[in-house]
Amino acid sequence: MDVITRGAVITEPGNSVENKTGTWRVFKPVINYDKCIRCLICWQFCPEPAILRHDDEETKQKTPAPKEALKKLPVVEIDYDYCKGCGICYNECPVHAIDFVKEEK
Amino acid sequence: MNYEKEEFFAPGHGMCAGCAAPIIVKWVLKLAGPNTIVVNATGCLEVATTAYPHTSWRVPWLHVAFENAAAAASGIEAAARAKGEKLNIIAFGGDGGTVDIGFQALSGMVERGHNVLYVLYDNEAYMNTGIQRSGATPWGAWTTTSKVGNANPIGKLQPKKPVARIIAAHNAKYVATANPAIFNDFKKKVEKALSYDGARFLHVISSCTTGWRHDPSKTVEIMKLASDTGIFPLWEVVDGDLENMRITYKPKKFKPVEEYLKPQGRFRHLLKNPEYVKKLQEQVDAWWAKYGHHYNP
Repeated sequence: MDVITRGAVITEPGNSVENKTGTWRVFKPVINYDKCIRCLICWQFCPEPAILRHDDEETKQKTPAPKEALKKLPVVEIDYDYCKGCGICYNECPVHAIDFVKEEK
Repeated sequence: MNYEKEEFFAPGHGMCAGCAAPIIVKWVLKLAGPNTIVVNATGCLEVATTAYPHTSWRVPWLHVAFENAAAAASGIEAAARAKGEKLNIIAFGGDGGTVDIGFQALSGMVERGHNVLYVLYDNEAYMNTGIQRSGATPWGAWTTTSKVGNANPIGKLQPKKPVARIIAAHNAKYVATANPAIFNDFKKKVEKALSYDGARFLHVISSCTTGWRHDPSKTVEIMKLASDTGIFPLWEVVDGDLENMRITYKPKKFKPVEEYLKPQGRFRHLLKNPEYVKKLQEQVDAWWAKYGHHYNP
């Protein structure tokens, strides 16, 4: 958009996805799929939301989860384009299946 | 139709890492579904989710001014009613835009009985403008306008305004306090609020990593402590019947208030003097002594 719209109306829903807030991150959550019990608590509490849940056979193939983990659905995946690295998922995971590691640039 | 798996709130917004407000918003929208119009009071949520020309909202959204989210929502509801359209009209406001600045508009909306769900996300100060005290700031909290020093070692000297009880006293259709960290209770209350016709009000606690001065990863943990220590009690009132208020959550054993104070920088000074902690504990105990018999899960 290069012209200011009347009344500052934004006509495209959800176009904030153009802002890649993943650059804010200092620490990075990494899911350990061997430990994950699919409780979805991380997905439930992610404030971005930057945790995607895959409930069907088709989209799960694109996740970084190892083949073995894909046998059990749903699969969660962290969207690093938007994850700000707040660490709520790491703190709330009941089985400590999420590591929180320093981001390397 | 169930929209729980869909997101009506997009990422890429500018809310701080670890802010609880987007958790509240995304779940209210998931449970309301796409047939929704949102009105937003000025505040963090409004500023950070709609930095022109970007918006994080995937439902129609309107912002007018700080004080009139409830008035604007009333107008939308009246128009929808005139056109015979059945919509969820949801207003979101922070504690500044609800408890202080937008209070008369909210009071009018509830008194006129508009079919609107007003959600207060309460982070207990004017966080958007730099942590100034509001009517919802609790006793003993440090803010930049309730500073702590030799002249005033406590911080804010007045207790929190019981805004949900005040709105319930308007005979609102449904009023509840909720806590996203007590998730099942929170979800049930949002669903229940959406199921009613009439003016509905949800007072939801929303931790602020910047203003409460805690690690962003502790957001949900600290909010949970707010209810487990009894500082933020969870209850509901239907049709303004305050005598039959129903407390919906009570921990098996209350935790001491210190546990809630310790991880938060805004209460650090209280911990230096056991007298202050005791005073806060007494305030909490007094509330539960007065209303605890309303517990009815």
